[in-house]
Amino acid sequence: MTDTPISGAKALINCLKNEGVDTIFGYPGGVLLPLYDELYDSDINHILVRHEQCAAHAADGYARATGKVGVCLATSGPGATNLVTGIANAYMDSVPIVAITGQVPTPMIGNDAFQEADITGITLPITKHNYLVRDVEDLPGVVKEAFYIASTGRPGPVLIDLPKDITTDEFEFTYPGRTYLRGYHPDVGIDEDAVKRAASMILDSECPVIYAGGGVIISDSSSELLKLAETIQAPVTTTLLGIGAFPQSNPLSLRMLGMHGTKYANYAVQESDLLIAIGARFDDRVTGKIDAFAPHAKVIHIDIDPAEIGKNVRVDLPVIGDAKTILQSLISHLQKMQTRSGAWLGKVGAWKKKHPLSYVQSNEVIKPQYVVQEIHKACPDAIIVTEVGQNQMWAAQYFQFENPRTFITSGGLGTMGYGFPAAIGAKVGRPDRTVIDIAGDGSFQMTSQELATVSKSKIKVIVAILNNSYLGMVRQWQELFFDERYSYTDISQSVDFVKLAEAYNLVGIRAEKPSEVPSAISEALSADRTVVIDFVVDPMENVFPMVPAGAAINQILDPGEVA
Amino acid sequence: MRHTLAVLVENKPGVLARVSGLFSRRGYNIESLAVGMTENPEISRMTIVVEGDDRVLLQVTSQLSKLIDVISISDLPPSESVDRGLALIKVAADTDTRAEIMQIASIFRAKIIDVGAETLVIEVTGGKGKIRAIEDMLDRFGIKEVVRTGRVALHRGTKTVGGEYR
Repeated sequence: MTDTPISGAKALINCLKNEGVDTIFGYPGGVLLPLYDELYDSDINHILVRHEQCAAHAADGYARATGKVGVCLATSGPGATNLVTGIANAYMDSVPIVAITGQVPTPMIGNDAFQEADITGITLPITKHNYLVRDVEDLPGVVKEAFYIASTGRPGPVLIDLPKDITTDEFEFTYPGRTYLRGYHPDVGIDEDAVKRAASMILDSECPVIYAGGGVIISDSSSELLKLAETIQAPVTTTLLGIGAFPQSNPLSLRMLGMHGTKYANYAVQESDLLIAIGARFDDRVTGKIDAFAPHAKVIHIDIDPAEIGKNVRVDLPVIGDAKTILQSLISHLQKMQTRSGAWLGKVGAWKKKHPLSYVQSNEVIKPQYVVQEIHKACPDAIIVTEVGQNQMWAAQYFQFENPRTFITSGGLGTMGYGFPAAIGAKVGRPDRTVIDIAGDGSFQMTSQELATVSKSKIKVIVAILNNSYLGMVRQWQELFFDERYSYTDISQSVDFVKLAEAYNLVGIRAEKPSEVPSAISEALSADRTVVIDFVVDPMENVFPMVPAGAAINQILDPGEVA
Repeated sequence: MRHTLAVLVENKPGVLARVSGLFSRRGYNIESLAVGMTENPEISRMTIVVEGDDRVLLQVTSQLSKLIDVISISDLPPSESVDRGLALIKVAADTDTRAEIMQIASIFRAKIIDVGAETLVIEVTGGKGKIRAIEDMLDRFGIKEVVRTGRVALHRGTKTVGGEYR
C-alpha cells in the first residue's frame, strides 16, 4: 500500500507479489519496456526463455509441479500469439496459469499498429477468462480476479492484456483484499443426498471400478482416493493425467486405462457394474468406442465442473463439487461397510497376472521401455515430464508412479515440444527434485532452443531422448494401418544431440547399447548441469497394447494381433 | 425442441463475442438472439432461442454458466412466458394494391410506418407464427425487403429472472 502515485508497471509487480508470485517465465519486447524496467529491480525471479511458447509451457509445468499458479509474460503481437499453444495446452488440462501480454497503447488499439494482435479475441476459446485492461485503476482488481479465477473451481489459464500506456499511467495503488464476481461461484458446496446415494450404489455393487482423473491431483485428494479404494475394496485405474493420484505399487492399482492402457484396466472397466469417475472427463482416448464403453456399469461422476456431466457418456449419478470434500463425506458414509466378497478382486487379479505390460528385451538394441525402467530404478522419486507420442506412452507405462504431481504430461492437447519447457518450469518450482524429460527426437526438436535457457539460467534437468529416428507414433500407425507407407515420418540423421548439448555448454551423452543405459543415467544424475542423453533405441518398436481407433476398449491388442 | 433462454450478463465490451463464440465452437445452433441493457445499466439481458433436446439444453446452460460474465440463465417455457419479435417488411404497393395491403396490415394489427410511391413499410410485432402469416399474405404483392429482430421474452405474472443480481 502506498499513498504516492505509482506506475501501472510498478503496480503490476506489487500485485504479483501480493499473489505470492516468486517466478515469471517471460520474454521482453517493445511495449513491455516499462514493465521490464521494473522487473530489473524486483526480487521476482524472471526466467528468460528463448521462445514465448516455452514461457507458457514452463508456467504450466511450474503449476503442475507445485500446485501454485504459474505466470508467463510476453510482448504484444507475435509474442502474444506465440503463447497461444501453451495457453491452449493449459486450458485442455485445467492448469492454472496467468498469462500477461503487452499490448499497443490504448489509443492505437484497432489501428493495426506495429506488433498489434487482438490477443483477447484470439484466446477467447482457450482461456477460462481474459481481460484487456483499459484503465490503470482497474489493474489491481483485474490481477486479483485473474489469480482467483485461474486457481479456483476447475482451474485454467487466464490472460491479462496490458496496453503500454497502462503500464506508464500513475495512480494511487491499493490491492483489494478479496474479490467477488456475481457470475462466478466456484464454491458450490456438496449435495449430501447425492453422496448418500453414491454410497448406497457402492454398497449395492459387486464389481466396482474407480476411474480417477487429473481432478484428483488438482483437488489434492490422493489420500482420500486411497482410503476410499481400500474401504470399498475397489480396483483403481487412472487416466493419463490421473497418473500419480494412486500409488501404482498398491495391489488395487490397475494403472492407466484406454487406448494404451493396461489390458486388465480395460477389462475391469468393461466388466464392472459400477464405475466411479472422479475428476475425469471420459475423453475419447479413454472410452474408445463410446457406445460400447463400460456397458454393464452404472456411472457415478464426481466432478467440479457441471458441464462435464453427460457431455460424453450417460451418467446415473452426478455429484458436483470439490472431490476432496465429496470423498471425505463418501468415506464417512461407508465406514460400516461389510467386507466385500473376494470374487471381483480375484477376477481382476487373474487378469493382472495373465496380461502384464510386456515387451521383448534385447541385448543388441536398446528398447525404449527398458530405458524408462532403468530411469525408474535409478531415480524413483524423480518428477517425470514427457513430450508427446510414443515416448509419452512408454513413460506412462513403464515408470512406477507413487505420488501426485510427479508425472507431468500434455494430455488433452497432445502438444509436441511441451516436455522440455515444462520440465524447466517443474524444476524451477521444485528445485529439490530431480526432473527428467522423457523425450522423443521429434518432440524435443520442437523446443530444443530452450537449451539456451537452462544453460544461461543454470537450471538442471535431464532430457532423456528415446531416439528412434522417426516421428514414432505416426510411424506406428502408418505401419499398422497405412501399409507401412512411412510418409514424412523419417527424421533420421538430422542432428547430433550430443554436439547440440555441447554447443550450449551442456552435457551430451550417447548410449547405443543396452549395457550403456544404466551408466548414462547415473552420469546424467551426477552432472552439475542439464544433460541431454541420446538413447539410440530400436526404431521399429511400437507402443502396445493398443485399442485401434473406433474399437471398444476391451478389444485391446498385443503385437501381431493388429489386422 | 425449441428453448428460450433469458441470460443476464455483465454489460461489458466483448461479452456478446464470448457468448456467440461459445455457441459456434460447441456446435449449438442459435435460432435467434437479442441483446439489450436491463433496468440496471451494469447488466445486459440476452434472449437466446436454441433448438435441441434436453441434453443439448443442459450442455448449453452449463457451458454458458462457465463464462465469468454470465450472471444467470433461465429457461422460459412457452406456457409460462410471453415473447415477441418485430419485423419491418417493405412491400411493393401502387394505387391499385395499397388499400388492400393496408387492410391486411390492420387485420394483423401491424403499422404502416412509411409510404412511398411504389412501396409501403410495415411494422409487425408478434410471435414467429404471426410474422410468417403476414409475410405469406403479403408475398403476392412482392416483398422487397424484410428485417427481423431477435425475439425477446418475459415470464408471465410476477416471476422475474436473476432477481438477486438485478
